[in-house]
Amino acid sequence: MNRPGRLLRLRVNGHIREVYCRDAATLLDVLREECGLTGTKRGCDLGTCGCCAIQVEGEPTLSCLTLAAEVEGKDLRTIEGLAEAERFAPLQEAWADAGASQCGFCSPGFLMTADALLARNPSPSRVEIREALAGNLCRCTGYVKIVDAVEKCAREGSS
Amino acid sequence: MTLAFQGTVGGRHRLVDAMEKSTGRGMYVEDFVYPGMLHCRLVRADHPHADIDGVDFSKAEELDGFVAGLAPGEPGTGARFGVLPISEDESALPSPRSLYSGGIVAAVACEDEVTAREAAALVRVTYTLLDPVLRPKDALAETDCPLHEGTVEGTNIHKKVDQEFGDPDGAFERASSVAEGTFVFHGINHGFTEPIGCVAVPEANGRMTLVSATQVPHYLHRSLARVLDLPMHRVRIIKPLVGGGFGGKSDPFPHEMVAALLARKTGRPVKLIFDREEVFLNNHGRHPTDYKIRIAADEEGNLLGLDAFALIDGGAWGSFGVVTTYYNGVLSLGPYRLPAFKYSGRRVYTNKPASGAMRGHGSVNARFAFETCLDEIAEDLGRDPIDLRIQNALPANTTTLNHLRITSNGFVECLEKVRERSGWAEKHGKLPYGRGIGVGCGFYISGSALPIHRTRTPQSTVHLKIDLDGGITIHSMAADIGQGSDTMLTQCVSEAMGVSMDRCRVKARDTDTGPLDLGSYSSRVTFMAGNAALRAGEAALRKLQRACSRLTGLSAEEFERGEGEIYFHRSNPSVTVSFEDALTEALADRGALAVKGIYRAPKLGGSFKGSGAGLSPTYSYQAFVAEVEVDPETGFVRAQKIWAAHDCGRALNLTAVEGQIEGSVHMGMGQALTEEMKYQKGQLLNGSLLEYKIPTPIETPEIEAIVVESIDPEGPLGAKECGEGALAPVIPAIANAIHDAVGVRLREVPMTPERVLAAIEKAAKVQTHADS
Repeated sequence: MNRPGRLLRLRVNGHIREVYCRDAATLLDVLREECGLTGTKRGCDLGTCGCCAIQVEGEPTLSCLTLAAEVEGKDLRTIEGLAEAERFAPLQEAWADAGASQCGFCSPGFLMTADALLARNPSPSRVEIREALAGNLCRCTGYVKIVDAVEKCAREGSS
Repeated sequence: MTLAFQGTVGGRHRLVDAMEKSTGRGMYVEDFVYPGMLHCRLVRADHPHADIDGVDFSKAEELDGFVAGLAPGEPGTGARFGVLPISEDESALPSPRSLYSGGIVAAVACEDEVTAREAAALVRVTYTLLDPVLRPKDALAETDCPLHEGTVEGTNIHKKVDQEFGDPDGAFERASSVAEGTFVFHGINHGFTEPIGCVAVPEANGRMTLVSATQVPHYLHRSLARVLDLPMHRVRIIKPLVGGGFGGKSDPFPHEMVAALLARKTGRPVKLIFDREEVFLNNHGRHPTDYKIRIAADEEGNLLGLDAFALIDGGAWGSFGVVTTYYNGVLSLGPYRLPAFKYSGRRVYTNKPASGAMRGHGSVNARFAFETCLDEIAEDLGRDPIDLRIQNALPANTTTLNHLRITSNGFVECLEKVRERSGWAEKHGKLPYGRGIGVGCGFYISGSALPIHRTRTPQSTVHLKIDLDGGITIHSMAADIGQGSDTMLTQCVSEAMGVSMDRCRVKARDTDTGPLDLGSYSSRVTFMAGNAALRAGEAALRKLQRACSRLTGLSAEEFERGEGEIYFHRSNPSVTVSFEDALTEALADRGALAVKGIYRAPKLGGSFKGSGAGLSPTYSYQAFVAEVEVDPETGFVRAQKIWAAHDCGRALNLTAVEGQIEGSVHMGMGQALTEEMKYQKGQLLNGSLLEYKIPTPIETPEIEAIVVESIDPEGPLGAKECGEGALAPVIPAIANAIHDAVGVRLREVPMTPERVLAAIEKAAKVQTHADS
């Protein structure tokens, strides 16, 4: 059990967290197991499903393919940081209204990816939405209501 | 003026757990952590068929943090279980033989997950290799050592079905048009995003709690009690949020038993979460099948008969396979009228990961074969494929040749709607080469009428507890796996009681508190648990009506649900009682209201062998049109748009119904174009989401879900299934569109570029030959 490890200072959702972890620990492992932020999901641990996507410096990033040690000092944002204080984010409201979650397991990864898209392109077309979300798999929805939710959020945000 | 209650069904509703899911707060199995929890990893077989001679943990035991191992031969590891009592052939660990490469052989429990992985890799298993049975046709032969006891006449045939109705031989003699072919289906996996997993928690009082990502808490409850040799009341199943199931979490599984046995052995909670590859190795997905079929029609296009033979590759275990074997035949008739039918099915055991139930269970492969042949008959007779289908459509309120009772039926409306919406008349046979449009149809059960265990227990029971806080607690064990069953229960109860959905909270995650429900499979939940919830809500309403009567001195039965959570008296509409006042009165001297509702399917069907298979209180119907583009240079098929009309009886929640249809189309499209489990010598080659190709947002086209409401006479508020039937039609719709585009018939799925190109080149050769 004596594996090489280190103390990390991570900035997650605006808060500094000090965690001790194995050198080989992925960001996903550390978020879920050391930070208790279990909203980020593990679907494959191989970078193939997008369930673990979070934002690193605003960019959608697969946390299962990122070593925790790589992101020290960077701004990390997870699904737990999407809502502001006591209000749900407009994207979360649009998500719930559209029926974009069925089982919900892929939702955090999609939401973080879609939020990053809307930050850089506030009025994407349906094709642009699909392209931005191409690294995320959903097995429940056929993506229709996911695209609907992002489109609706963009439309209402710009009005 | 008092307004009658506007209701909580119909229209669009958020899922009651939508915010849990879009905030990441919802708890899935991997999110459960218990004090002192150990981590389990499994040792999996390297060979498709072998005797296990020994399992050596000595190297693993040297690791700091190793706590326990579990090997074949230990108590409980050989106990037989299975979802169907007629084929209980699984066990936690091999007993005596290991039956597929990737099957569980042993397990370790360690202080942390990383150590558990290291320990599992250090476990030495010694095998005596045995000849594997890999091809289904080899499994038909007699053998000295069948893979399981109780196979058919010394072969590896697990289930044999032979059925005949009417005069099929005569039908083919009289036919003007016959279409036939052998259709090849490879295995496919459910591909849910949440890996399978569980946490077993030994309780201080000697009970065992298992938190598991399961669709069938009740069957798991039964099986786990059997394996632990405990009475059922000493076992508790918790079903957390489940990240998709689609049939792949609808069996009790060996790993659940392993975790519980290790928890018992160590006295500590044990967590076991699969890697993605293990999800594929566990499989229980759609059966690889060779489906030989011919259908006959007269010169007017009336269908005369169907003759089918299915050779079904079951893999290592039985699972739902007996049902699969029947469904491949009995569900192939509908949604059409057929006067003659002959079917033989053989499901065989092979040394591969087990096949089982998957969305559209038993109907999908047969449907593709049938709908393709139907298109060929239309072509042969010079008929429009949609016209031909309407002409042969099964009517409402009839009985099929094989004694299925048909009640509500919106099939023709489905066909007419997709014809209109897709612009069929301007497109079919008229698009340029490389573009095409095709139709495919289906029908599906809305819950199996015959329960798996032949008891008199209702198939669904729902309890309500209503107390001083004014909240309505709905207790059930209907398993929400993302399809929205908790929301459906909420709608049914609030509708029956005339209250807002916010008053309700569903507790459907714990067998200690939820009354028995058979779980989420066979598209049964809305119909069965929904009816039970309605009955429970109506029972609560009667108590509130009596309270209104006591408060007003007016007759109880005349109090009706009004808008704004009030009850008004029909003959004196100015007399109203609020829900709160009625409840306070109802609780006085009596305490919390406790009421229940049940559902049991009516007795249906004939008295012949196998007559129970395919019986359902009602059926859903579908007609889909697909428009595709085929690149004749590469064989690449792009689905451009799918119009999907589905008769769901009544849409209790339009958003949820559309979501089920859209998701089914996506999954069917995967089987149609890209998804295939590939094996070499019994080894799975593509157990990852990179190599097993589920359609992404880019490949999935826009889908227009068209909801048809036939209002079922026995469904809850007229509803019937919408979660499974909508998968099958998309595959033949795409295949028939490919034919319309480039003139070739594909009889093997997935219709990969290689297969499409080969078909185009073969057709060109035939054409060249004919020209020369």
